[in-house]
Amino acid sequence: MQELFKVIDQNGLILAFLLIGLLYFVSDWLSRAIFKRRIPGSAIAIFGGLGLGYLGGLITNGNKGFADLELFKGVGFLGGSMFRDFTIVATAMGASFFLIKKSGWIGLASLITGTLVFFIAGVLIAWTFGYRDAVSLCTIGAGACTYIVGPVTGGALGASSEVIALSIATGVVKTIAVTVLTPIFAKRIGLDNPTAAIAYGGVMGTSSGVTAGLAATDPKLVPYGAVSATFYTGLGCLLCPSLFYLILELLTAS
Amino acid sequence: MIYGLALLAFSFLMGQWAGEILGSILGIDANVGGVGFAMIILLLCKEWLTKRNLLESEMNFGINFWGKLYIPVVIAMAASLNVKSALSSGILAILAGVIPVILAFFAFKLLIENFKPRTDAGTI
Repeated sequence: MQELFKVIDQNGLILAFLLIGLLYFVSDWLSRAIFKRRIPGSAIAIFGGLGLGYLGGLITNGNKGFADLELFKGVGFLGGSMFRDFTIVATAMGASFFLIKKSGWIGLASLITGTLVFFIAGVLIAWTFGYRDAVSLCTIGAGACTYIVGPVTGGALGASSEVIALSIATGVVKTIAVTVLTPIFAKRIGLDNPTAAIAYGGVMGTSSGVTAGLAATDPKLVPYGAVSATFYTGLGCLLCPSLFYLILELLTAS
Repeated sequence: MIYGLALLAFSFLMGQWAGEILGSILGIDANVGGVGFAMIILLLCKEWLTKRNLLESEMNFGINFWGKLYIPVVIAMAASLNVKSALSSGILAILAGVIPVILAFFAFKLLIENFKPRTDAGTI
């Protein structure tokens, strides 16, 4: 047994391949046997992944979900930003440059719409919960954009660590919500073609959520959603601590 | 196969570099659109190679393998999110995380309906 643990400890990434493979196998079986293919196996597997993340947090109280379990740290490496971004770029091979170029304007419009919707809604919700100072409001509104924009904004404005933690949590909830809700609503909102996927990536913004949600909806749409979503965090980091903050400061001062 | 993988790595690194440069030009400590630039570089390389008939199926395989690995990576990513703290950090984080997403679905619907006349050719 000790030998096995040694092998696992030295080959964490390989174990992660095996583990994700098993999870996918079970999810595919569930999709066929119980949901009659109405919910794709990948969606169930991603949801299962979130479940494992919850379980990991429950056992270790750490902040990397299932990857905090010493034996399964390879899962964190496989799911880290390097592999995520590298594989997203590889999906571009299935995309058409012509369509992306043609959808440039809707991509830009969607990015601006998305940043505004999330920031304003986030600020209003923070307001109803009793926050009145521009710094906290702005940080939580930024957190509603993505879990990177939140702490970047909070750090720039000097928000309290409690508010920054809250903004990260808000961003993570958003990622999970987009992941889970995308496949459910995709048909109803007309998310079934590359142009719509580009607009969707810009409106929703969270790269992880958009690409995971699209993967569960239709893997062919993933590169289109990713190409616009990747600009969202940068735009948020640019606008939230500057222009949006100044506007909020004027509003709260009056 | 390794040529495809190397091409992918080249596009990835160049794109990330462009994203970092754009980030520092804008004066923010974040990568702006690195993945997007990398995707566009890869697509341009693909077009260039296809035109010259240099794109072999082996090369495609080296890139497509990684593209297919995408969903397993997302599953691993979901498993390494801090789900517990996100759900237990209070009702504000949950509401501020979920309500805007619902609103954004409506915003998205309005947006694509307004853009429809110009996007009717958008099929895969």
